[in-house]
Amino acid sequence: MQSVGSAMASAPTSQRSSTRWHTLAATALPFVVVGALWEIVAHLEIFPARLFPSLETIASVFVRLTVSGLLPHHAADTILRLVSGFALAAIVGMAVGIAMGRWRLAEDLALPIVSMGAPIPGIAYAPLFLLWFGLGNVSSILLVGFVSAFPIIFNTWTGVKAVKEVWVRAALAMGADERRLFHKVILPGALPHTLTGLRLGLAQAWRILIGVEMLAAVPWGLGWMIFGAREFLNTDVMLAGVVVIGAIGLALEKLVFKRLEDFTVVRWGMMS
Amino acid sequence: MPHIEVCDVSLAYDTPAGRVVGVAGASFDIEQSEFVCLVGPSGCGKSTLLNIIAGFLTPTAGALRIGGRPVTGRGLDRGIVFQDFAQLFPWRTALKNVAFGLEMKGIANPEREKIALEQLRLVKLEKFANAYPHHLSGGMQQRVAIARALAYDPSVLLMDEPFAALDALTRDDMQRLLVDVWQASRKTVVYVTHNVAEAVYLGDRVLVMTPHPGTVKCEVKITLARPRDPLSVAFIDYQKELLRQLSLNAEARS
Amino acid sequence: MSALADRTRPFRRHLTSLLLAAAVYEGLARSGAFAPALLPTLANVARALFEGVLDGTLPAHALSTLYRVLMGLALAITIALPLGILMGRYRPIEGFFLPLASALMPIPSLAWVPLFILWFGLGNATAIGIVCYAAVFPMLVNAWSGVRAVNPLWLRVANAMGAGERTLFWKVIVPGSFPFLLAGLRQAFLRAWIAVVGAEMLAASDWGLGWIIFDAKEFLKADVMLAALAVIGLIGFAFERLVFGALERLTVERWGMLRAGKG
Repeated sequence: MQSVGSAMASAPTSQRSSTRWHTLAATALPFVVVGALWEIVAHLEIFPARLFPSLETIASVFVRLTVSGLLPHHAADTILRLVSGFALAAIVGMAVGIAMGRWRLAEDLALPIVSMGAPIPGIAYAPLFLLWFGLGNVSSILLVGFVSAFPIIFNTWTGVKAVKEVWVRAALAMGADERRLFHKVILPGALPHTLTGLRLGLAQAWRILIGVEMLAAVPWGLGWMIFGAREFLNTDVMLAGVVVIGAIGLALEKLVFKRLEDFTVVRWGMMS
Repeated sequence: MPHIEVCDVSLAYDTPAGRVVGVAGASFDIEQSEFVCLVGPSGCGKSTLLNIIAGFLTPTAGALRIGGRPVTGRGLDRGIVFQDFAQLFPWRTALKNVAFGLEMKGIANPEREKIALEQLRLVKLEKFANAYPHHLSGGMQQRVAIARALAYDPSVLLMDEPFAALDALTRDDMQRLLVDVWQASRKTVVYVTHNVAEAVYLGDRVLVMTPHPGTVKCEVKITLARPRDPLSVAFIDYQKELLRQLSLNAEARS
Repeated sequence: MSALADRTRPFRRHLTSLLLAAAVYEGLARSGAFAPALLPTLANVARALFEGVLDGTLPAHALSTLYRVLMGLALAITIALPLGILMGRYRPIEGFFLPLASALMPIPSLAWVPLFILWFGLGNATAIGIVCYAAVFPMLVNAWSGVRAVNPLWLRVANAMGAGERTLFWKVIVPGSFPFLLAGLRQAFLRAWIAVVGAEMLAASDWGLGWIIFDAKEFLKADVMLAALAVIGLIGFAFERLVFGALERLTVERWGMLRAGKG
């Protein structure tokens, strides 16, 4: 694939567009192959049609759910929960991480507590949260916030501590006081790690949110949509849901964070 | 009155292996606009001494005065350039890096960037004002660092082996540029290096330091006119003298 | 302050912080502001833990969970390791499988639970399937990156000394990509652990640590929940330290390759 890229750069336009088609075709090939295999299995009814729907069935269900507004409603509720939970995690996580990086006391006090929470899978806390806060939105948002805060805390903390000594010295030599040192040197300096933490936190949040929605029996939500579909053996709904969940996960990764990183740390050469 | 007065300055600190004396009883004076080089092998305390003058370290004994007033920590009367190119802030353009000290001084915008641009012009980088450091070569980054240290008009410029990590050709260019900048700005410069030829090229005076404990052993006054020719007999004689002093110390220790 | 006091300061602070947190919790639990079933005292949690261990239920559940994790991991490694290595070594294989992997990766493993329940029923099969799905991707990506990261210089040197394809593969590429493989294994374990707990809550029939926690909710037994959480944390921690730490020491650390491996 590398040689294709450099060939693209040097070839004349007509050749360039043909190589672009080439790459597109090459990327599509595996999906076409897998899709074909799926269709064959589905149509041969090797498994009952209910359990193994054909691609057209899945597609038509997808269209039906979208047009009726059900799918958008589920998706919107899930995304809203994600955003609220993540915002909570980001604010608390960055605050704690910065405090830990800046003040030895904060680090010593917070580290054991934060380290204890980390090896336990977030979803294990779900029933506890449900017990404490009841079914529904509050528990899911709090749980998402709680779980995704950990990578944010750790990475922000690492980022603050990784701020180069030479930057701090240079700034101090030029007369910066504590406050200005913090805003103008420590915060931008810690940005690469902080963004990594936020990115990991968002991925974590998405993964756990789907699981929590299944447990918390919220009336609307993608997790609940696919979990509820098992009652009527609606595998087509499930698969359509899975596709949407994957697409949103991909979009979060590519659109949100990539843009942010390109504008800041990549532009500054702090991350490639 | 000398510009910088170092009186019997010592710095000792505790390590798990016991008390280590980094600098012991260093005493010397530096006149206004003088270019003084501190030369010595690793561990002789030259960087420690520079950090004491910069105000990053407090001496455990002795007194330090700049412009007649005792030094009590960092201040905007001194500018410092480190060896590491990464001393520039990667999230700021060259211009904004240079303007940092002016921001700290409280100078407001159009004025600030005008001064910063002037400084970049002095180091011949005005065309790269809006470039980010990672787009600049090592030599260019060090030039920006020099401009940054001078921008807020300190009276003293401290340099800690700033060109040690550059290739030989770039280093020669940078040394010539530094001399031009110094002659134009007339700052008092304290320059630390382990490179004897560099010290002879740049300094009015060279102070030789020896390790264990770090002391200023002797000084060599360089009276050659600038620009100096590194291949001339007089230049090489000065180098020989300094090397002799340094090896004497090495022998004395062994 | 003496040097000893300085050096022990972080430990003293860690201890203080843990004791403080425990004290705050106890205070809240005993204050009567919350129902004792919801916020059990540490004594009660300890009792539940003790009882669970003594009557054999906690160990049985833990074993069940461990079984699923290990089976799922084994399956994942069997699929991902060879595939990842082949992807790293041969461009056409990479070209075929990379788009597929990239499309499947953003899907959370738990999203497959309802489907797997319909396909495999409740119980072990579903749980193992979810664990396998979760563990496959970190293993795959790391194996693939690891092979690609093998210093081409080593390959050239080995070639110059007359090594054939197979030798090259087994004696240079595989050991050369070890730091990545190890990192992949570690990440896969972490994901597997998360997946198993979630899968057990949603799809287990009667056994498993995740199942205990879920079941305890129905009976409002927060003490049992917290005891199970503690066990989960302990096992995860033990695995990390003992198994992976040892593996790391025996291989990449000994070979000085540690820097490359942190994933």
